[in-house]
Amino acid sequence: MGNFIKIENFPQMLPYIQMFKDGLAVTVLLALLTVVIGFVLALVLAGLRMSSFRPFLMLSHAFPKVFGFFERDREGNKLDSGFLYHMGRFNPLSFLATAYVEIWRSTPMVVQILIIYYGVFSMIKLPVFTMFGSVRFDRFFPGVVALGLNSGAYLCEIIRSGLQSVDGGQTEAARSLGLNQMQNLRYIVLPQALKNILPAIANEFVVIIKESAITWTIGVQDIMYAVNAVKGATFIIMEPLLVATALYFCLCFPTSKLIAYVERRMRRGDVR
Amino acid sequence: MATSDNKMIQVQNLRKYYNRGAIKALDGISVDINKGDVMVVIGPSGSGKSTFLRSLNLLEDPTGGAIIFEGVDITKKKYVPKESLSGRMVRVDIDQHRQKMGMVFQHFNLFPHMTILDNMTLAPIKVKGMGKKEAEEKALALLDRVGLKDRAEAFPIQLSGGQKQRVAIVRALAMEPEVMLFDEPTSALDPEMVGEVLEVMKNLAKEGMTMVVVTHEMGFAREVGNRVLFMDGGKLLEEGSPADIFDHPQHPRLRDFLSKVL
Repeated sequence: MGNFIKIENFPQMLPYIQMFKDGLAVTVLLALLTVVIGFVLALVLAGLRMSSFRPFLMLSHAFPKVFGFFERDREGNKLDSGFLYHMGRFNPLSFLATAYVEIWRSTPMVVQILIIYYGVFSMIKLPVFTMFGSVRFDRFFPGVVALGLNSGAYLCEIIRSGLQSVDGGQTEAARSLGLNQMQNLRYIVLPQALKNILPAIANEFVVIIKESAITWTIGVQDIMYAVNAVKGATFIIMEPLLVATALYFCLCFPTSKLIAYVERRMRRGDVR
Repeated sequence: MATSDNKMIQVQNLRKYYNRGAIKALDGISVDINKGDVMVVIGPSGSGKSTFLRSLNLLEDPTGGAIIFEGVDITKKKYVPKESLSGRMVRVDIDQHRQKMGMVFQHFNLFPHMTILDNMTLAPIKVKGMGKKEAEEKALALLDRVGLKDRAEAFPIQLSGGQKQRVAIVRALAMEPEVMLFDEPTSALDPEMVGEVLEVMKNLAKEGMTMVVVTHEMGFAREVGNRVLFMDGGKLLEEGSPADIFDHPQHPRLRDFLSKVL
């Protein structure tokens, strides 16, 4: 039981307090930046996935005599199944966005982050400077990018499911009043969808705080990096891990409590 | 008989198929809707009457046929050859046509995140570019007509079913449509609330509004309608005045249907 927690080991960590403090700041900053990048990316991806860019059908509309077969059969009836019908409905933008989401959701985060760091950012020269005194930007930035690209995929799914959760009758009513697709999205669907997905987005934020721990594998100086620094210098492991556990808990638990509170407040608004 | 400029909507051989024609929800419907008509569509469930109504403003995308509204075939979605010498292609903008067709749904479809007043002013302001003040004055006048002026600041969830449907009707009227489409407007209501909604529709008919009404309210069809269509199996089986349809039904399916509902 040589590794078991010993009270006298804690004072040994005192010289490293600054690293934990910096690590905490880095973790919070990582999570905040990730959410911003992820959300913007998710909006773009969701927009692409729900776009109505159908080149074959557009061709069919523009030259009905030549390319009409993507829309209508020989008798002039609109297609509702078959290869040509699906060709007509093919949307390359949506296909690419879906492929992106599925690839990021189906591969381990640690692989993604290592590929981003060793693959992508070996080709891009980043300025070398430090933040908070000791945090290296050329490590921090790839970490943010990898986390952001990853959470963008998940947030995209959340947004898409939120938009689809709004009753179809709402869109029918809006369109029958003459609102176009964008107006319908902006005034009718999005406000209602946002209310539905806010808890899921906030939950994703908590997930990101925890997931950000993986960035120590590329040397981002977050909380886990401090743990490993202590381990390397003093050969104590359980005690710094306990400190890290406490720090992560203190970040995540109040956040999820806050989310639950906001959720209750919003539900109260429904009854009015 | 109506002259051609009296025709508001001409439906020609309208078809809606599923699974390459295995299911024919609409199987060649042709009918002219004239200005001032109150056309009531009756028929058993699954007869295609709702699909027919929803096709009129393209909430359903028809498989084939034409819907000519004010001289323009609105089923030609993007481009139709312009009837000018230049032969240029012009866009058929369905949003513009939908503005002129008010629609009332079985489940009201009020916007739950907006007050009644905002429900009514959204489209006039955003689509027609009307000023906020003017739109609100108009909305309040309309609400007054259906006895709901004092609920302008309420949210839909606070209203009864009958009140919601009356709001839905005046919300559509706020766009000053030329024709109103009603898709089973009383089917989701408690029996005691049906009357108040039918009353509003009756008054609308009296004012000369062109209306197409899908309903199971035979009393309304007989009293308010000037033309009644009977549909079954996606086909238009019989058409005539209420007296023709209810007192002298010809088609055996119609006789059978009426014997069950009357």
